[in-house]
Amino acid sequence: MSEEATVNVQVDGTWIQVPKGTRMIEACKQAAAEVPHYCYHPKLTSPGNCRMCLVEMGMPPRPAPGEEPELDKDGHAKIGWMPRPVIACANTVAEGMGIRTDSPLTRECREGVMEFLLINHPLDCPICDQAGECTLQEYSVEHGKGESRFLENKVKKPKSVEIGPRIRLDDERCVLCSRCVRFTREVVDDDVLGFVDRGSHNVLTVHPDRPLANNYSLNTVDICPVGALTSEDFRFQMRVWFMRETESICTGCARGCNTLIGSREGKIYRQTPRENNDVNSAWMCDEGRLGFHYLNSDARLTEPLVKDGAGHRPIDWPEAIRRAAEGLAKYRGGGLAVVASGRMTNEELYLARTLAETLGAAAVDIVKREGEGDGYLVHADKNPNTAGARAVLKLRSPGSKLKAIKKGIEDGSIKALLVLGENLLKAGFEEGTLKNLKFLVSSHLLANPTAKLSHVVLPGAGFAEKRGSMVNATGRLQRLNKAVEPPGDAREDWETLQDLNRAVDGLDGVGEIADVFAEMAERVSAFKGMSLSKIGGGGVHLIDTDERVPLLEREAERVREGLIVG
Amino acid sequence: MAIVVQRPKLTLAERCYLPALAKGLRITLAHAVRILRRKKKVTMQYPEERWDSEMPEHYRGAPALVTDEHGRERCVSCQLCEFICPPRAITIVPEEIPAEDRWAKVEKRPKEFEIDMIRCIYCGMCEEVCPEQAIFLRKDYAITGTSREEMVHDKEKLYEIGGVREGLVNKWNELK
Repeated sequence: MSEEATVNVQVDGTWIQVPKGTRMIEACKQAAAEVPHYCYHPKLTSPGNCRMCLVEMGMPPRPAPGEEPELDKDGHAKIGWMPRPVIACANTVAEGMGIRTDSPLTRECREGVMEFLLINHPLDCPICDQAGECTLQEYSVEHGKGESRFLENKVKKPKSVEIGPRIRLDDERCVLCSRCVRFTREVVDDDVLGFVDRGSHNVLTVHPDRPLANNYSLNTVDICPVGALTSEDFRFQMRVWFMRETESICTGCARGCNTLIGSREGKIYRQTPRENNDVNSAWMCDEGRLGFHYLNSDARLTEPLVKDGAGHRPIDWPEAIRRAAEGLAKYRGGGLAVVASGRMTNEELYLARTLAETLGAAAVDIVKREGEGDGYLVHADKNPNTAGARAVLKLRSPGSKLKAIKKGIEDGSIKALLVLGENLLKAGFEEGTLKNLKFLVSSHLLANPTAKLSHVVLPGAGFAEKRGSMVNATGRLQRLNKAVEPPGDAREDWETLQDLNRAVDGLDGVGEIADVFAEMAERVSAFKGMSLSKIGGGGVHLIDTDERVPLLEREAERVREGLIVG
Repeated sequence: MAIVVQRPKLTLAERCYLPALAKGLRITLAHAVRILRRKKKVTMQYPEERWDSEMPEHYRGAPALVTDEHGRERCVSCQLCEFICPPRAITIVPEEIPAEDRWAKVEKRPKEFEIDMIRCIYCGMCEEVCPEQAIFLRKDYAITGTSREEMVHDKEKLYEIGGVREGLVNKWNELK
C-alpha cells in the first residue's frame, strides 16, 4: 500500500478524497463535519467504548455476476445505507463509503448516548473546574434532550479522591471513556489506573499501593473530557472562562514544550500543553507545567536597586542604567566579563553580546545547568536556550570559560562583572571571590545572594512576562509570548540590555524586539533570513542536530503500527 | 428603501393648538386646586416617611447572599455572577471547604465575596444567572457610606442583608 493511495468517501452528501486507512472520524473532520466523541483521542488507541461517535454508514452493494454497479449522477457507485450505525473512531474508510453525520438515525444515537451518560451525572457544574471546557456540557447542549426522564435515585460513587499528589478524582463525574487509563498505560508506561466493579457501579480507580504520581500525571487532567480528574494545583483557583490563553513555550528544560498560559488580570493560573508534533506531541511534564509559580513569588524584585553603603536602595531606571553603564565602562577593554544565562532569549543574548563587544569584555559565557533526562520529554539540559546561546555567543562549549572568569576575578585582572539572571554562588563562585570585584551589576527575577552582593541590581521579567525566541535541543526556533506584565517596575530584559547598549556605545535609537531580532538575523549566520513573525505558533527548524525526542519516536512507531492516528 | 410616512390629517382645532393648550392648563390648574385644598399630597417626608410598604415585589435593590434553612451558605463560588455583571462590581475569591466541615460535600465556597455598590447598577443579572439561588436583589435601596471602602459590601455584610431563604435548592441534600 503506497502512502499516496486515496479513497473516495462521501460525507454528508459531499465526496472527498482521503488517504487510505484514515479513520472515519478523521475523514469527517476533513470534511468539516465534527463527530462528537469522548473516548477517541488521536494520540491513544481507540477502544470505541463511549459510543458517542456513532454515525450512519453505507457501502456500494456488491453487484451480481455480470451486473454493472449502479452509478449516481456524479459517477460514483450508489451507496446502500446500512440499517445499523457504526462508530467512526475505530473504523477506517473504504472506497465508495458513505457517512452521514447528521441523519435522523445518527441524531437519535447521540441523544440516546447522552441520556445514558447524564443519568447518574451529578449537578456539579457550578463547582466543577471543567465547566466551560467540558465536552459533556457542550454535547449536552448540542445533542442532549434538555430534560431528564430519570426518576430513580442516582448511583453514588466516590467523590474528591486523592489518587496522586497532583490529581483529584471524582468518580460521579466520570464517563468511563478510559482516556486516562490508556494514557498512563500507553504513553508513560505507568499502568496504575483501571476500572473496577460492574454495571452502573463501574468506577475508575487507582492501584491501592501505587498512586498516580508519575511526572506526566497532569496530562490525564487535560485529556479527561469531563471533570472527573482535576488538578490539585489549579483546583478552584479560577474559572476557565475568565482566563486569557497565550501561546508560549515551557522554559523548564531544553525540550521547549509548546504551551498555553492561562492568565487573568496579570496573574498566571495554569499552563497546559499545546500540540506540536515536532516537539512535545500533545503532552508536557508536571514539573514544567507547574514551574511558573515562582513568577508570583514574594521574592520578586520589583524595582532597580543600588548599593549605598551596606544596604540597597531603590532608584529609578534611567539612573540605574547610567550607574551600571558608567561602572562597567570604567573597566573597558579586558577589565570586565559577562556571565549570561541559558535561560535568556536569543534577543537578550544578542544584546549581551553587542554590549560585551562594545566594552571589549574579556569573556562571555553562560552557566551550564545539567540534570537528568527521563527518556520521554524531559531533557538533561535544564537550560531552555543552550542552542541559542551557542549560536549567538559563538560558544563552543558553554560554561567552559567560567573557570577562567573566576580565576580572573581572583587574580584581579577582571574587575567588573555583568551577571544576567544567574546566581553565581550556585555556579561555583564563592562570596569572597565576588567581593574582590570593583563593580558588579546583575539582573535577576528573585532576590538572591548574588543580587545582594551587586552594586546595581536590575529587576528582570520571567518567561511569561516577555517576548522573545529560543532554540530548543533539536534546533527548533520557537517564540515566547507575553502573558502578563512584569511586577512593579521590573522590565523586559531586552529593553534593559538595549538601554545599557545605548548608554555605552552612545548611539541613538531604540527599537522594538522585532528590530533586535532583525539585527541579530543579519549578524548571526544561524538566524539568516528569519524574523520574529516568521517563527509562527509552532516554531521553525533552524539548526540541524542529531537529537531525537524519545516520546515522539515511540509515537511515530505506534502510528506506523496503525495503533494510533497521531 | 425609504419608507414614506403619511402625515396625519389635522382638524382645524388641532392645527390652531389653542384648545389643546386650554385642555392642558385645565388639568394643571385642577391639580393645583386639589393640592391647595389639601385633597392631594405630593411630597413624602423622607426619611421619616418611607415608600417601603408600597414597594412592588419585583423591586430591585441591593444584591445580597442568602443562606438556606440549614444555615448552609448557598453560594458555591461558581463565579457566574462575576462573569455576567455588566459593571464588573462583583469580585469572588473561591476556596475549598475543609474536609471536617459539615458541608464538606459541597466542596467549594467563596472565601471572599465583594460587591462594589458604587459600581452596582441594580440590573439583577446576578440573581438571574445564579445556578444555586444564592444571590437575590433585596429591597434595600438606601446604600450609603462615607468612603469608597465602606461602599464595598463584603461577604459578612452581604449575608447580613440577605438573610435566610428556604427551599428551591435540594441537590446538596443527602439523597441529592
